[in-house]
Amino acid sequence: MASLIRARGLIKRFGDFTAVDGIDVDVRRGEAFGFLGPNGAGKSSTMRMIGCVSPPSGGVLEILGLDPVRDGPAIRAKLGVCPQLDNLDIELTVRENLTTYARFFGIARKVARRRADELLEFVQLTERADSKVEPLSGGMKRRLTIARALVNEPEIVLLDEPTTGLDPQARHLVWERLFRLKQQGVTLVLTTHYMDEAEQLCDRLVVMDGGRIAAEGSPRELIERYSTREVVELRFNAESQEPYASKLEGVGERLEVLPDRVLLYVADGDEAVAEVHRRSLSPASVLVRRSSLEDVFLRLTGRTLVE
Amino acid sequence: MLAVLEYHLVNYRRTWRGSALSSLVLPLLTMLGFGVGVGSYVAGGVDGVSYLDWIVPGLIASTAMQTAIGESTWPVLSAFEWLKTYFAQAAAPLRVADILGGHLAFMLFRVLISAVAFLAIALAFGTLHSWWSPVALIVAMLVGLSVAAPTAAYAATISSDSYLAILLRFAVLPMSLFSGVFFPVESLPVVLRWIAYALPLWHGVDLSRDATLGLDPGWLGLVHAAYLIAWCAAGCWLAHRRYRRRLVI
Ligand SMILES: Nc1ncnc2c1ncn2[C@@H]1O[C@H](COP(=O)(O)OP(=O)(O)OP(=O)(O)O)[C@@H](O)[C@H]1O
Ligand SMILES: [Mg+2]
Repeated sequence: MASLIRARGLIKRFGDFTAVDGIDVDVRRGEAFGFLGPNGAGKSSTMRMIGCVSPPSGGVLEILGLDPVRDGPAIRAKLGVCPQLDNLDIELTVRENLTTYARFFGIARKVARRRADELLEFVQLTERADSKVEPLSGGMKRRLTIARALVNEPEIVLLDEPTTGLDPQARHLVWERLFRLKQQGVTLVLTTHYMDEAEQLCDRLVVMDGGRIAAEGSPRELIERYSTREVVELRFNAESQEPYASKLEGVGERLEVLPDRVLLYVADGDEAVAEVHRRSLSPASVLVRRSSLEDVFLRLTGRTLVE
Repeated sequence: MLAVLEYHLVNYRRTWRGSALSSLVLPLLTMLGFGVGVGSYVAGGVDGVSYLDWIVPGLIASTAMQTAIGESTWPVLSAFEWLKTYFAQAAAPLRVADILGGHLAFMLFRVLISAVAFLAIALAFGTLHSWWSPVALIVAMLVGLSVAAPTAAYAATISSDSYLAILLRFAVLPMSLFSGVFFPVESLPVVLRWIAYALPLWHGVDLSRDATLGLDPGWLGLVHAAYLIAWCAAGCWLAHRRYRRRLVI
């Protein structure tokens, strides 16, 4: 099946600086596709090109089979955009934010009002419909931005860091709403630097770093390909964890030394811990966990995702 | 573009009472202050008409200018820098021309309201002397666009409102003082007179005065109109370029 979004060698430059450096992406209908990467990876730059507000500096980009430079308005009519920073109109009421925005899509006033009510129900803001936006909490504003992105019943919804800066409860509420959307068959494209978000929401994702794609696949595939089943995290009470690297040689398939801990990549965590003790090492703390996308990222880039 | 205008009108609905009131208060105060107060010192009036009758058409044009400046400075800067509403609009299927055009249309709507209010009060005070007076509204709109468009272009270029203070001090204030609103430009030194000729307001003031006093503008009227239209066209072109540079990056 044809891709809804197809990028080949897509490039974005700002002056001499290359923010997106030749990426290939295919997003299929109905899937939730993620860009996972640290600050400055080029996620927002990519999203803005897909959102047809930023012309590519090179390469091919097709959205819904159209050319974003030539057919910008036609494509944007079928997109819903939730930008990294909320740009709601804080002087209007919650409902007016949706109805006036709907008018930009040529939606009739009556339809706009009805849809606004439905969407406020969907994002659980019905009670705040007539209040101003300004006093809303961060989570509520985010949900309203998401509702606004849905006002034109878009084929693709672009979400740039939908839950950054929200407290855990607000995040879960957003995730749950996004999950509902996905079940309704809406294609989601999101960026995040939270691996748990990527694991929860994305069917497929690319790991992005320094404007390039380091790997692509489903969260499970990526973990299988680039990490082991389990990870043992060891913390030693010492100035530096570095000296322990040689002492732990061969315990796991791979080993990473971070400033505050050592990670052992192993098939069987308990077995590895036993081996650590056999070598008469006594870490201050020991944690056995399953591999995550964080480990994939560390493996691919040598850095942690969230600094 | 209409949807963008509609958005600005919805926004205006919150504050229209206060702003409509102030567009009545201002002409009322000037009527009393300039007509009765200052006017009594200007014995014999100007060019053969009473000072109040002479100053009212100039004030209509000047009010149009002030309203246009007010709407094209902070609101534009805010839509780029603080509220970022332009960026939200750019993500919808609008073109840059729609975003700019809708906002300019709203500014002209505000200009029209303040000019109508002023004209109505001028009528009540008996200072209109011609059936051509409503033409002063068209002139007000021309003046409005001729300053709003280049000012919006300027506001789209700057990143902080301290630059707006510069604009107000070095462009708007001299323009209000030296454009023949309060005294004829002929009484200015030649250099200042040419500044008045170069800026748009004087052309509007002169046209407006011909309209309410029922004077024949002759060929100079066409020059005024053409010059204002040239400012409008150049301003819109420049604003479109500046908006594009900010919204499509
Ligand atoms: N308009 C611009 N002009 C110049 N440089 C820019 C511009 N926009 C982004 N950049 C640069 O491009 C790089 C990628 O930025 P981008 O916003 O795409 O990253 P990101 O992955 O979204 O990061 P974050 O997680 O911080 O949002 C950064 O180094 C940024 O400074
Ligand atoms: Mg970003």
